[in-house]
Parts: sequence; C-alpha cells; structure tokens
Amino acid sequence: MSNYQLSHLDELEAEAIYVLREVFSQFQNPALLFSGGKDSITVAHLAKKAFYPAKIPFTFLHVDTGHNFPETIKFRDDLIEDLGVRLAVGSVQDAIDDGRVMEETGANASRNKLQITALLDTIEDENFDVAIGGGRRDEEKARAKERFFSHRDEFGQWDPKHQRPELWNLFNGKYNPGEHFRAFPISNWTEFDVWQYIMRENIEIPSLYLAHERDVIWRDNTWLPMSEHIVLRDGEKVEKKKIRFRTLGDITITGGIESDADTIEKVVEEVSAMRQTERGNRSDDKRSETSMEDRKKEGYF
Amino acid sequence: MEILRFTTAGSVDDGKSTLIGRLLYDSKSIFEDQLDQVSETSKRKGLEHVDLSLLTDGLRAEREQGITIDVAYRYFATPKRKFIIADTPGHIQYTRNMVTGASTADLALILIDARKGLVEQTHRHAIIASLLQIPHMIVCVNKMDLVDYDEAIFEKIQEEFKEFAAKLNLKDIRFVPISALKGDNVVNRSEQTPWYSGETLLHTLENIYISSDNNYIDPRFAVQTIIRPHSDKFHDFRGYAGRISSGVFRKGDDIVALPSGFTSKVKNIFNGMEEVEEAFPPQSVTITLEDDIDISRGDMLVRPDNQPQQTQDLDVMLCWMDDQPPRPRAKYILKHTTNEARCMIKGIKYKMNINTLSRIEGDKSLHMNDIARVQLRTTKAILWDPYKSNRITGSLILVDEATNNTVAAGMIRRSK
Repeated sequence: MSNYQLSHLDELEAEAIYVLREVFSQFQNPALLFSGGKDSITVAHLAKKAFYPAKIPFTFLHVDTGHNFPETIKFRDDLIEDLGVRLAVGSVQDAIDDGRVMEETGANASRNKLQITALLDTIEDENFDVAIGGGRRDEEKARAKERFFSHRDEFGQWDPKHQRPELWNLFNGKYNPGEHFRAFPISNWTEFDVWQYIMRENIEIPSLYLAHERDVIWRDNTWLPMSEHIVLRDGEKVEKKKIRFRTLGDITITGGIESDADTIEKVVEEVSAMRQTERGNRSDDKRSETSMEDRKKEGYF
Repeated sequence: MEILRFTTAGSVDDGKSTLIGRLLYDSKSIFEDQLDQVSETSKRKGLEHVDLSLLTDGLRAEREQGITIDVAYRYFATPKRKFIIADTPGHIQYTRNMVTGASTADLALILIDARKGLVEQTHRHAIIASLLQIPHMIVCVNKMDLVDYDEAIFEKIQEEFKEFAAKLNLKDIRFVPISALKGDNVVNRSEQTPWYSGETLLHTLENIYISSDNNYIDPRFAVQTIIRPHSDKFHDFRGYAGRISSGVFRKGDDIVALPSGFTSKVKNIFNGMEEVEEAFPPQSVTITLEDDIDISRGDMLVRPDNQPQQTQDLDVMLCWMDDQPPRPRAKYILKHTTNEARCMIKGIKYKMNINTLSRIEGDKSLHMNDIARVQLRTTKAILWDPYKSNRITGSLILVDEATNNTVAAGMIRRSK
C-alpha cells in the first residue's frame, strides 16, 4: 500500500481543490481575491486544476489601493486574459474620491486599512456571497485561528470567539441574506510549501519576487521601493540595491530584502534558510501585536 | 515527504503551549522576529523565561487571559515530515474544540503533569481520541524536571493510563517522559532520564507509520460537482468532480452510482490537467464514465460488489456543540459527505460521562459539550459506512436551520 502515499504537496493540493469545489457548490456568486501576489496566483492555479477542462467559475476581485507595483497590474491583466475570467476591481482611490473613506495622515499613513471599505463595498455591489482568499494560517497568529469556511456578518465582521466548528471535511457555508463568507483553500500551506509548489508546477509569478536591481530607501528596518508615492524624510536617501520581495502588497508599505536569488530554485533555497517571517517586512503588521486580528475583525482579508 | 496531522490536548497548566513552542523552536520553525516579539512580551509581563505559549495564543482575549480559546493550527517541518498541529484548549467548556481538532488528526498527543498524574481531563481527552478513532496516541508525561526525573513516577502514570485505556478503542499508545520547559526528550535525548530507552517525542512523530491508516478497501467517491466545459474542444465532456473518500478507483472499473443504482464503467480519471490510471484517498479527481447517466452532487460512485448502507435511520454518537440545547421536535440540516438532508433527533438512548466512560441513562437533555448516543431520522436515505471503518463516510454534522450554526458532530455506528 505504500505506493498510495501522497507527498505533502500532493495532499495540500488535493485539500485545496476539494475546498474550491465546495465553494463553487455551496455558494451562488464566488469571487476569488486576486492581488497579484504569489498566494493568490497559487490559488488561481489550483482553481484551474479544480475545474479543468472547464474555465474557472469565479470572478477575480482585485482590491486596488492605487499604490501598485506597475509589474503587478500587467501581470494581473495578462493572467485574466489567459484564464478567460472576469475581473472586478474595488478601488480605494474611488472610495476616497467618493468620500466613503478618509485618507490617513501622519508619518505612517497608509491605505492598508482603507482596503476594508473598498473590499466590503465591492462585495456588496457585486453581490458576492463568498470571497476566496490566499490567506495561510502560518502567516500570522490571528490567521492561525481561521476556518476554511469563515463566516462574516452583515457588516463584514469576523468574530473569532464564536466561529463555527469545522470537522472532518464537512464545511458549513450557510448564511443569512447580507452576510458572506471568506474561504481559504490554502490554509494549511506554509510559505515554503507555496514556493515549493510554484517551482514544481512551474507557475509564472511576477518578476518582483526574484532578485533585481531597484531604487530603494531604508525605512522601518526594510528596503522600501522608491515610487512616486514616497516622500523622503530627513536622512533618507535613494540607493540602488539588488533586492526581491517576499510578499507583494501596496508599494508604499511592502519592503524588500537584499538577495541574489534570481531564479525560483534559488528563492526556494533561500526561503528554506530564512530566519524572519515574510510579513516582518510589512509595516501594516507592525502597528501592534494584534493589528492583524483587529483589521480582520473589521473585514480585512 | 508526507504530512502528519496531530492534535494536542492538555489541562490548563500542563504546558501544552510550551511544548508546541519547544517543538517549533527546537526544529527551527520559529522565525527570529516571532521570537523577538515573544521575548519582548514576556519581559513586559515580568516573566523570567521566554513564554513560548505566546507564540500560539494569538487572539487578543487569549493573550489577555493567558488561555487558549480556539483551535489554533501550527506548522513545522523536519526533513522527514511536515507537521500540522491542531492545538486545542484544555478547558472544560471547550470540549467541542477538542473534538474538532481530533476529527482530522492522525495522532493525538496527550500531556500529563508528572506531579498530578491522571486527572479528569486526561480521561476526557483519551475518550475523545478513542471516539474520534484517532489511529495513534503519544502520552507525554511532562514536567519531569519537577519530580527529579523519577522513573517510578513515570512508570506509575504509564500503568494507570494503560489500565484506563484498556476500556477504550486505542490501538497504538506510546509514552515519553519529557520536560517541555527544559527540552528533555522533546527533540534531543535527555541525560536526566538514563532509565528511558524509548525514542524522543520528535523522533516518534517523524517515524510513526501512518500510510496504512487510510481505508484502501472500500471504494467511495462522493460527487462534489459536475464539470461541463461546453467548449468546442470538450463538447461532450461530462466529469464528476470529487475527492476519493476511501478505496481505489481504476480506469475500466465497474461502478454503480447511488442512490440511482445505474451502472457504468470508469472511462477516464483526471488529476488536475493530467490523465491518470487510478485514484486513491485523499486525492481530488474528476472521473468520466462510459455511459451518460443522471448523477448529481451528493450522489456516490461505488463498486457493485462493495456498497455502503442506505438508510433513513441512523444510530449516532453525537457531540453537541451549540450553547442552545436542541429545541423540541426541531429539524436540522444534516451534512454528510457532499450530501444534505433534513433530520430529526428521534431519541436519546443515553448520555456518556466522558470523564469515566459510564452511561447516564434517563437524562434526555443535550447541552454544549455533551456526548450522547442518539437516533436520527432523515428525510431521505443517507449513503454511509460505520465510522469505525470509514471516518469520511461515517461522519456527519448538524446545522440549525434557524441560526445556520453547526450545532453537532456525529459518528455513525449503525442504522438502528
């Protein structure tokens, strides 16, 4: 019987595909949250496998802070065309222009929290009843408590103390009108699993993940990419460094690390020796010890 | 590399979170910034040592109260295996979380405080592991450093546990004397326990044989959804997507679709974009058949000579998980494999005292964390196997139609 043993990647893949098919079967109008980052690219790849030879039956939803890496947008548009799926965009800039949210001010201002409004408004406007995300339980301690099927109330809020128990592979996606769900098919994957899978499956990812020369500044213990949105502070200077990004988010808060890993193979090697969490370079998570939980309760990814 | 899923259970101060922190730390699965954060918080709380439990207790309420509220999932890997830990709270009011963590576990890790020996919660954890049919168990006798690494104490606890476990259905139990705080016998062999000849905890976790735990005998394939591309290239394609619950399906196999009873043969099996010859648990695949027969979500493909039970009456061991007891004559949505039916709780045979395994007769109420043997009646026949032989086709949950909450989890024993 030993030849019926699945490798860890095969088992994780089988689990994720099962979850994606449950989402499709239990909900009316699913959206796949697509940021252009490696996790959502992996989920898109898994969705392709789950419904082959049919097309992916989900609308892709991009919450756009307006502070993008240009590479990410190009990558997103190419993939959307290739997969033949529909793209919906929740724009933070529009939310600001409409007066639904106020831009943060001050030294550490970012549009990170403003994404919550753009996301929830788009979910409501488009009548999505579930948003599939690439969240992983190993990313952050509040996420370690997430379910595969995670209920959100009519305000989009997560109530971590009263979650539905999730047993065996029986997922309860029942909801009342106005409520919705988040679904996390790669909950059980680690950063390393994702990289190993990307390598094994030969999945195309934005070049930002590979080491490249870039203009950066040193701020908050990380190499922040220079962009039109950055205002230099006293003592800061623009330098050219060979860096790569471990996560991709809003360009104003996503720091890179110095690296020579310019191929996927080298990245996998580097990740396996890594001693810092990937979100360590994300200033949005550094605000307080429970900043992820606080944002998630309000409706964040 | 394969995955081992295990659940941890312990009483409030057994040092469970410390042990997990230790496993993560000693296997170098903790990142520096996580450790820095935990060290800082420990210092702020006035602790002398780094409180590794802060690594796993992530929610604000947990950190404030110093307790674990909900099942937390933790990950670590060694060159041999990837591990998924379902870390479940030991408090009495959170038994439902333990059942949740146990439902997907290959192994249960139970902690006993060497100074206290077996306590009520030890019994409860062992009984739940047995009820949920977790194939393997490791009992860690923890805090050995506080009893001077006394062999006699370890032996006594081991004997007591074995005596208690004789009443249960636990096939594989191992004992390890450890100190999670000091690291004895967790990852590295301890010099303090020369009398212990067994393996360290991590070595056992890495090497315990789990691949025979799946059921490869009874082919069961519950259909999740139908794949119909409607494209030029795949004009007539009609595939049944699902996950193999048990058994092996091969191209050319005779199958019968239940409940319709229509028969056909397996034409193709797709694993993702790739065509394969056979499929086995827990693979997610798409199966096409030689004949066009009417099949929908919730139906099951099986072999004609090996079929599940089909009944509307179910004798179930039920764990009640909602803070509201069942309403009189309430109907519930029963979710089983990919199927759904409505059901009623027809009767409660007895409740179980999960600290002693004794039956409580005559008490017909069900409260949060109660485990009871009940009779369910469904609106349509369910396709099931006894939980004992099949954890997937033998398990179910009940959903309250009024609140949409998952209110109970059940393991099917037989039909009546």
